[in-house]
Amino acid sequence: MRTTSLLLKYVVRDVMRSKWLGLYLIFFAAVTEGLLFFTAGEAKTVVGLMNVVLLLIPLAAAVFGTLHVHHNRDFVELMLTQPVSRNAIYVALYLGVSLPFLIAFVVGIGVPAAVHGVLLTAPILTLLATGCALTMVFFAIAYLIGVVVQDKAAAMGVAFISWLSFAVLYDGVILVLTVLFADYPLEKATIAMVVCNPIDLARIIVMLTFDYAALMGYTGAVFQEFFGTATGVVISSCSLIVWTLLPVFIGRRAFGRKDW
Amino acid sequence: MISINHLQKSFRSLRVIKDLTTTLPSGSVTAVIGPNGSGKTTLMKSIVGLVQPDSGSILVDGTTTINNPSSRMHIGYMSQVARYPENLTPTDLIQMVRGVRAGLTTDIADELITDMQLEDHIKKPMRALSGGTRQKVGAVIAFMFRPTTLLLDEPTAGLDPVVTERLKERISALRDGGTTILITSHVLSEIQELADRIIYLHEGLVMFDGAVNELLAQTGHTSLSKSVASIMSRELGGVQ
Repeated sequence: MRTTSLLLKYVVRDVMRSKWLGLYLIFFAAVTEGLLFFTAGEAKTVVGLMNVVLLLIPLAAAVFGTLHVHHNRDFVELMLTQPVSRNAIYVALYLGVSLPFLIAFVVGIGVPAAVHGVLLTAPILTLLATGCALTMVFFAIAYLIGVVVQDKAAAMGVAFISWLSFAVLYDGVILVLTVLFADYPLEKATIAMVVCNPIDLARIIVMLTFDYAALMGYTGAVFQEFFGTATGVVISSCSLIVWTLLPVFIGRRAFGRKDW
Repeated sequence: MISINHLQKSFRSLRVIKDLTTTLPSGSVTAVIGPNGSGKTTLMKSIVGLVQPDSGSILVDGTTTINNPSSRMHIGYMSQVARYPENLTPTDLIQMVRGVRAGLTTDIADELITDMQLEDHIKKPMRALSGGTRQKVGAVIAFMFRPTTLLLDEPTAGLDPVVTERLKERISALRDGGTTILITSHVLSEIQELADRIIYLHEGLVMFDGAVNELLAQTGHTSLSKSVASIMSRELGGVQ
């Protein structure tokens, strides 16, 4: 634990000094400030931000996480030649790259929201929480890809396809299935499919903080009934935790066996 | 002392090290030489834990190094390339290594920084440093705890002549102090100057393992360069 936190300190220090992290923070701050300034109320701001958060966080995490493994090969080798376990190194690398991005996201949205006095509202807090969860999930997936796929270009390709699958293709599959099986009751199946995709899950969680669920008709009511209950909250939280821990666990095992 | 027994390593279908057995005594410099792809770097990386062997054993001072991170406490390793994170400084890296090896009282990093002429670069980010300066940082990290086992992969590549000479002096001093040193280099005059023993690898097989003088006597040459060229052409002829 002491070694992990020691290595973590230097990985965080390197990432915190990266210009890309600064740009990431400024981007979220500028978009949040712009939306709060030009739209009336936090609800419209959150809806606008939600689309940015749901697409950009997974994409940025997939790209930066995968590249981090490949760009820091010599640094990883330096750590591996020290009397430190591979588990400690992997955890330090994963947390070291994901936590600065999580902080940049929270500060980027939180500061303008606090300035406008809307930080402590349910929609903003829910958006921040789901954004943090997506950051951890997609950095975990990206780190796994970076470790498993040896070639940098191929790893970037796999990372991009993963993002595309979660952000776009998955919804297409759900849509096709609902059309094909329109005559059958699909509510429970839809809920199950939503729970299996962290981006869809985050979207539904944020949407349900508004009254917009009513606009989704019967499906919205079903979602409200499920995700609005304690069981729904527990299941959706567990799903996001599993989506984080599973890639970390698999990545840690692959890292433990990898030749450098 | 390093004892390697029946070491085997393949990368997919490519067998890089084939049943390698050797012993590197304490207080000696052993050079591993051979054509590109002969398994030199893989051997070194197997000893330091970067590569995990398929079978066989590696003991450093009687302790296995395979899946045993604590065995690296007294091993120094200098890699061929030192592309460390661009936003960290040499001070950061030295502090990190100090942190993970806390408890060792043989820290001579400050002395090495002066020796390697790094004083003006120690607080600059790595992205601002030249390849040679980064290599010096790698040398400081490898030598800073007076390791009892030292693995050097092309250590003088990119270094200026002054620092190269100082590094050679350090290597000799550590050898005289009882450190087991394994070195790879393409500069054979450097190896002739530093090494007591030679391991010649060809396609993962040990073709020669013995004293430098023994190799010279066997080939009938006075320079290591000519001796190596002669066994290399013999091996390549054999392969053809």
